[in-house]
Amino acid sequence: MTLEHFMNNAISPWMREEGPDSDIVLSSRIRLARNIADIPYPLFAEDEKLAEVQSLFQQEYANKSFQEYSDFQFILVRDLSSVEKRVLVEKHLISPHLTKHTNESAAMISGNEQVSIMINEEDHLRIQLYFPGLQLRHALEKAFVIDDWLEEKVNYAFDETKGYLTTCPTNVGTGMRASVMMHLPALVLTRQINRMMPAINQLGLVVRGIYGEGSEALGNIFQISNQITLGKSEEDIVEDLESVVNQLIEHERNARDVIMKESPIALEDRIYRSYGVLAYSRVIESKEASNCISNVRLGIDLGIIKDTSRNILNELMVLIQPGFLQHYAKKTLTPLERDVLRASLIRERLQLEK
Amino acid sequence: MECQECHERPATLHFTQVINGKKTEIRVCEVCAKEKGYVNYPEEGYSLHNLLTGLFNFDTTKMESPAFQQVKDLQCPQCGMTFSQFKEAGKFGCATCYDTFSDRLDPILRRVHAGNTKHSGKIPKRAGDDLQMKRRLQSFKEQLQQLIEKEAFEEAAEVRDKIKALEARLRDLEAGDNS
Ligand SMILES: [Zn+2]
Ligand SMILES: [Zn+2]
Repeated sequence: MTLEHFMNNAISPWMREEGPDSDIVLSSRIRLARNIADIPYPLFAEDEKLAEVQSLFQQEYANKSFQEYSDFQFILVRDLSSVEKRVLVEKHLISPHLTKHTNESAAMISGNEQVSIMINEEDHLRIQLYFPGLQLRHALEKAFVIDDWLEEKVNYAFDETKGYLTTCPTNVGTGMRASVMMHLPALVLTRQINRMMPAINQLGLVVRGIYGEGSEALGNIFQISNQITLGKSEEDIVEDLESVVNQLIEHERNARDVIMKESPIALEDRIYRSYGVLAYSRVIESKEASNCISNVRLGIDLGIIKDTSRNILNELMVLIQPGFLQHYAKKTLTPLERDVLRASLIRERLQLEK
Repeated sequence: MECQECHERPATLHFTQVINGKKTEIRVCEVCAKEKGYVNYPEEGYSLHNLLTGLFNFDTTKMESPAFQQVKDLQCPQCGMTFSQFKEAGKFGCATCYDTFSDRLDPILRRVHAGNTKHSGKIPKRAGDDLQMKRRLQSFKEQLQQLIEKEAFEEAAEVRDKIKALEARLRDLEAGDNS
């Protein structure tokens, strides 16, 4: 297992498995923020101290396997090229923050890319686990196991009343951010999503688009996560999030049914036009591509498009990102060159399905 | 729903901001959220850093009082961060900062975490065993004191045995840590 392996596949191995409700929920993620008791936190610590943290984890955990997570690859961020950094961010294996604080920051990524442990991010440790579909509880259980495994070698900064002591007061307590990535094309099409957002927000959850710059939720992909980390147990936070996600799933399925019933031809037309654009265009911007990919995925979920794998959404959404395109081209690309390469990679990928 | 700042892009971020007990709904796009300082993007979309630093300035009358001056000059003995630096950055420098600034933290935490100030989730395994045992030991000792006052000596003897057993286990645990 090498860095090359992480770089060359747009789709992470764990994504190939089908999870519960995977027609709508792309993935579940648990992130735990942890710090070591006697060492200043990364934003304010001297490099020397951070080097200690980094080398401790390298010595104790690099190339180790633990339970079903094999072969943790230890990656020093300062050894990465700018394109490599970008690709790992686009695959959500590391955070943008980590790539900007490169002196002593590192990541340990499991072979199947399901577990990523960032070292010297905003906190000494950021443990991330991904699961396909809606599997928050399972992800939480596994996150705790990894957490205990790391705790064998360090003393965590913890306080009886304040919980896990994090760099940012917004994370203190559980240090946990649970999130779910959802594909909600029918709620966007029927304009219901905007009405739902304030209600979701009232429950202490945050909804945001994850692809695209600024305001756009490219590909109709939304991330829903907990905002509050103090006062509720991890299990309760996950349960609350899950119940909202289940409601969203129900609304999305209803909206899909309604569209199918009320305007089946218009829907079919939209889906096949998008398929046509992806299959035949020679130049395509990421916004149009994301839209078409979302439509095609909806077509697959509704049984309109057959013999194309659902994974194509997750895979193409990463494949069409600027970092990945430049990694593929092995050089810096102008915007036009990017749009041309994007179109050609999408065509190629769709051909593979035939 | 459109963004309340630019009225152009859709509002993809929604916050409830509570200032002086007044709830305000904020619905903005990510561009405006970033520009107006509602979020610290793209470091982590929901870090709410700037919203948070805004929260520190909620009570300006207190700032001039001598009591506040004292608090303001507090400095963390471990990492050297002062309270005003913490206020500025919205981030802690180390674990000891939490102790150092503890008197000023609860109002901030309450605002960020919907009124909550106490952790009720996971306890670290290692610190946890120790902590839970110490908590139990303390409650046994209080129990013992009460039983002796009531002259319930038989029951007191039982509790004393429990205390001895717990203390022995704690000693083992600490010895284990040093080895
Ligand atoms: Zn705006
Ligand atoms: Zn400190």
